[in-house]
Amino acid sequence: MGYSDARAFCLDLQTHPADPAGDQAFLQVLARWAKRYCPWVGLEGADGLVLDITGSAHLFGGEAPLLHDIHQRLARAGLFVRSGVADTRGAAWALAHYGKGIAARAQQLDAIGQLPVAALRLDQKPSIALQRLGVRSIADLHALPRATITRRFGPEVLLRLDQALGTQAETISPLPDPPAYQVRLSLPDPIGLQADVMAGTARLLDQLCDKLTAQEMGARVLQLCLRRVDKGTQEIDIRLARAMRDPQRILTLFERGIGDIDAGFGIDQMRLVATLVEPVAVEQVTHSQVEAGDKLDDLITRIGNRIGLDNVQRFLPADSHIPERSFIVAPAAYSTPAGRWVSLRERPIQIFPPEPITGAGATPPASLRWRRMSFRVERATGPERIAPEWWLSDENWRSGVRDYWKVETKQGRRLWLFYTPQNPAWFVQGQFA
Amino acid sequence: MASDFHIHFPLRPNRVHEACGPSALGFAFAVAGQRRGTVLWVTEAWHADQINPAGFAPYFDPRNLLIAKGKDQTDVLATAEEALRSGAIALTVITVTKPIGLTEGRRLQLAAESGKSMGLCLVPDGMGSNAAETRWHCEPIFDAADSTLQRWEIIKNKSGTLATWIVRWNVEARRITVVSETGERPVSQVAPD
Repeated sequence: MGYSDARAFCLDLQTHPADPAGDQAFLQVLARWAKRYCPWVGLEGADGLVLDITGSAHLFGGEAPLLHDIHQRLARAGLFVRSGVADTRGAAWALAHYGKGIAARAQQLDAIGQLPVAALRLDQKPSIALQRLGVRSIADLHALPRATITRRFGPEVLLRLDQALGTQAETISPLPDPPAYQVRLSLPDPIGLQADVMAGTARLLDQLCDKLTAQEMGARVLQLCLRRVDKGTQEIDIRLARAMRDPQRILTLFERGIGDIDAGFGIDQMRLVATLVEPVAVEQVTHSQVEAGDKLDDLITRIGNRIGLDNVQRFLPADSHIPERSFIVAPAAYSTPAGRWVSLRERPIQIFPPEPITGAGATPPASLRWRRMSFRVERATGPERIAPEWWLSDENWRSGVRDYWKVETKQGRRLWLFYTPQNPAWFVQGQFA
Repeated sequence: MASDFHIHFPLRPNRVHEACGPSALGFAFAVAGQRRGTVLWVTEAWHADQINPAGFAPYFDPRNLLIAKGKDQTDVLATAEEALRSGAIALTVITVTKPIGLTEGRRLQLAAESGKSMGLCLVPDGMGSNAAETRWHCEPIFDAADSTLQRWEIIKNKSGTLATWIVRWNVEARRITVVSETGERPVSQVAPD
């Protein structure tokens, strides 16, 4: 049915674009949540979950209270759900899609017998053909001789019927658990020497890096927890400039943190967790190039652990005529050098927030005082008019358009001045080489 | 006078040098343009004056620049020492605001030697360290015909003599060239525009 046809039937019809990827992601979240009821949770089609509650229903007081609990919680979250409980996956599917409630033990046929044959998870073709023959319900289908059904519709119909009634087994494949990147080491005797802690850390790192390699992941943030015999815990965090899984390189980065640790009466448990991991593909190692890049990344990590990884930055070009917005400062660990630096006009090598100077008129003053120095203007080049970006509201550009001048002074300095004709005033904003 | 510029100017590698004066920044960019590899710029985070990549792009590629912002001068010096020692950085430019003691200066020098790297401290006038290999005083000078003219003067040199040059930035060739002294220069025919 087209949208306009649908509108004719229902005037206040609302539409939203479909987002299958988002729906799948949400279903994954829901599957993780459903693990509170049982450990075996699998996906059922594009919009369903299947739970094997064998042996866990009694924890919630039986099947009915469990189902009630699921409905209550999901309703509170604003979700409309249909559900069914039965001994077999097929019968539960039929109840969830075409009926409701709980099938009594070993009474599948009674529970789903009156449901249409489509409730057997059949394809459209056999289900329509069966209905045309007058076989409307599952009980009708069950009453037919089996050999004729197979001859006419192939083995699939009977397979589905047997699965629903429990004569044919069907399994649930649960979703895999996400891997946990943590390892620990308990020591029979407490340790306190720096070399010993480093050796323990090396052992943990080897295990952790094996895990990371198996999953093709790399650690970005690592945390080492050291528990002392008096139950005090000390933590060392390191943030890496690049996702890594090379134990030797990571170990040297722990040296500084371990040096600062107060071991007290000794450390008897160590735990190493990769709190942030990123996928790292296996890559070809060559003799050239890799060395320099690795050294630079290690350096960024070491500096970053002292002054903060966000304080190691690089410039990225931005598309703007506004001088202070013609570049972006981005953390070096999370960006790569990119873009081209093109400037159509000469720009100062140093810029600062505008500093007011005295002056009147639209041409630069003949002499000016700036930062307690006085200058005589010998040559002024300009003006270059730069208009504020009206689509962004910027406090500093409230004074309207600016006329920029390059001013060369007799004293030597070459300054970048601007004049705001809409609110007459002069400012210094930069210095040329 | 102009002939011995090349002895000094591509600065001696594996050493820490110093620059002061109003044009020290321009000097640093000119030095950075001659080094191959990554340049690390270490400053204190509170500085309001900042370098403008669109402005120094003619001197060297901003893609090769990393900036490290330390909390105070101790952080800045420690970061610079780490960078010099690592050998992964071709040039470390250090902006300092307080005087550097002999110990700190010597440590930087040793780090540069062991990492085979070069350091350049931008110091306020008169606040350099005695451990520096050379100290340059740079200032722009006004000229009717040329708006890139500067005076570079070595005011401290551990292994050579002191000297002064008038240099200009050659925009087309993207390099520093030495200009003859005022008296020896041909009279400029170009009217100031």
